[in-house]
Amino acid sequence: MKEEILEKLKTLAESAKYDVSCASSGTTRKNTPGGIGNTAGWGICHSFTEDGRCVSLLKIMLTNYCMYDCAYCINRRSNDIRRATFSVEELVELTIEFYRRNYIEGLFLSSGVIHNPDYTMERMVQVIKQLRTVHRYNGYIHMKSIPGASEEIVRQAGLYADRLSVNIEIPTEQNLKMLAPEKSLESIFKPMHYIQQGVLENTEERRKFNSAPRFAPAGQSTQMIIGATDETDKQILFTSASMYNRPSMKRVYYSGYIPVNSYDNRLPALRQPPLVRENRLYQADWLMRFYNFKVDEIVDDKHPNLDLEIDPKLSWALRHPEHFPVDINRADYTSILRIPGIGVKSAKLIMVTRQSGRINASVLKRIGVVMKKAQYFITCNELPVFTIHESSPEYIRRILTEKKVGKGKDNQNQLTLNFETTENNP
Amino acid sequence: MIIFRYDKTFDGLLTTVFDAYNRKTFPDLLLGPDEPEPLFTDECYTVITQDDKAKRVWQALERKTMLITRNMLKYAWLSELAGSDGLIFRYIRKTFDTKHSIEMNFADEDVLAMRNLAKKVDKERERLIQFVRFQKAADDIFFAPVSPALNALSLTIEHFTGRFADQKWIIYDTKRNYGYYYDLKKVVEMTLDMSQNFVEGKLNEQLMAEDEKLFQDLWKGYFKSMTIKERINPKLHRQNLPVRYWKYLTEKQ
Repeated sequence: MKEEILEKLKTLAESAKYDVSCASSGTTRKNTPGGIGNTAGWGICHSFTEDGRCVSLLKIMLTNYCMYDCAYCINRRSNDIRRATFSVEELVELTIEFYRRNYIEGLFLSSGVIHNPDYTMERMVQVIKQLRTVHRYNGYIHMKSIPGASEEIVRQAGLYADRLSVNIEIPTEQNLKMLAPEKSLESIFKPMHYIQQGVLENTEERRKFNSAPRFAPAGQSTQMIIGATDETDKQILFTSASMYNRPSMKRVYYSGYIPVNSYDNRLPALRQPPLVRENRLYQADWLMRFYNFKVDEIVDDKHPNLDLEIDPKLSWALRHPEHFPVDINRADYTSILRIPGIGVKSAKLIMVTRQSGRINASVLKRIGVVMKKAQYFITCNELPVFTIHESSPEYIRRILTEKKVGKGKDNQNQLTLNFETTENNP
Repeated sequence: MIIFRYDKTFDGLLTTVFDAYNRKTFPDLLLGPDEPEPLFTDECYTVITQDDKAKRVWQALERKTMLITRNMLKYAWLSELAGSDGLIFRYIRKTFDTKHSIEMNFADEDVLAMRNLAKKVDKERERLIQFVRFQKAADDIFFAPVSPALNALSLTIEHFTGRFADQKWIIYDTKRNYGYYYDLKKVVEMTLDMSQNFVEGKLNEQLMAEDEKLFQDLWKGYFKSMTIKERINPKLHRQNLPVRYWKYLTEKQ
């Protein structure tokens, strides 16, 4: 392998880094005799970049030449950036050698579209096929499915990849047409549907024959760009919710828009990527996936956007004081899970601990409940408490959003004595 | 104050439990063989580790606890933190003295502390799995120096033998001066003379395989390119990738 590979690698990594997904979870592959690697059921992050994001997979493009001209994408045809293409062998060797050094958990292969979607995907499939068959590689593989690809090629990809994904990017047809005229929602949903069909048929088949080859065992994921277009959080979250209703959809990612093509006036001029909004969307996403929240409880016509100041769960609790206070010692799991300041872990600890005896506030604190928030929403068999009913949602909101004043900064009430310096004293 | 001395092995600790029940006196403090006694000592009893006693305590634990709890005890032992043996002792005693299982009673401070300590060790195990970086030596052995804060290396060996089954490797704890060598068939524990071939625990460049330097540079280049400058967040970076691991991380050099 020659030194020029380094330049290619840098170029193609730069082009791939805006894809958010880096999960390596959801599937288990055992090592085979004479083979390389295995995949643990949970994901493993092998490093973290300076922006704090996990590096689990070698996230790379096969090529960043692209025939499409999507306004939000760094690799659009009209952009003047350095272009490069990996050969199949180069990428295969790179993956294997990185894997052997424990740098990565596997490969995340994406690509710009060259000639047509099927041609592009065929080349990508060659890479992952070679990894699986020639090198007997059992690490994780996530492959992007190109919008507009045919069912046949998607079916082939699923035989070698653990996860397939197609990015929605823009959740409404109208905005998608504006920013990515060559794409349509249909061209995105079709491959998604092929993947889903493949996964469902495969589950059925493996029920009959345990030895049947697996098809994308870690399912599929997708991604939406936040803040490039005028969609509300309601539109975004309702799209996610309908995605999660599909049997094979494991994750929806949200990517705060980073102005990569600031010259394009179809896009908003942002000084900073909308990181807080992105974070709130992930919190809402977690509420849907792990906290039994329905999407219309989080956002509705009256509140189409998430509150940036407080998290969506607290926001829901303040809108619904009638659900509180919850008795920690009696309430069922789902109600306990809805208390702000209590997460899945502490809720489970509460459920098992209270079988051995009553729980009081100091125990709650010790097992990790954020009492600062939770205190207004619970009773736990103790002295009278000051809950949301004794105060008001507005009061709690104010208390919890007050800016923290650091030590030594709170000197407004401090008396300062100004001694005049007299210079003529000896 | 009653003091028990033992040899600071896990079997020794189990023997301590056995002797305590046998003598019907329970230690307020556990000490190793050479640790100084505190000022006011009523009694100091020295435990002699016996395998059969340790085995009987363990069998009793097997009857009274779940597998996950016994693994927790082992994990807590590997933490090697001050007071962890006292905690394990109290936990075992509570297990034997209570009719009902205490395993799920996290209102009890010792039960919660035991869980948290075991989790801490498990986190260290996980971090090892994440941050081990192999360097390929000229003789085709992949070498990785580590220096975990807690003694969790032994817990990762199953993972690494499963994953890197077709390459020879050494993972070496430079802090505790022992490591594991996998020779394509089995794993053996080993110690190395670190002084000659390793500069600060890193492989000497003359000992590296031919293309090792290239792949290290490729990885560094890749790592740098992955950062999105608009999102730089040093606090989150250090939280996820604590500075104490940087020493052996190829990409942070």
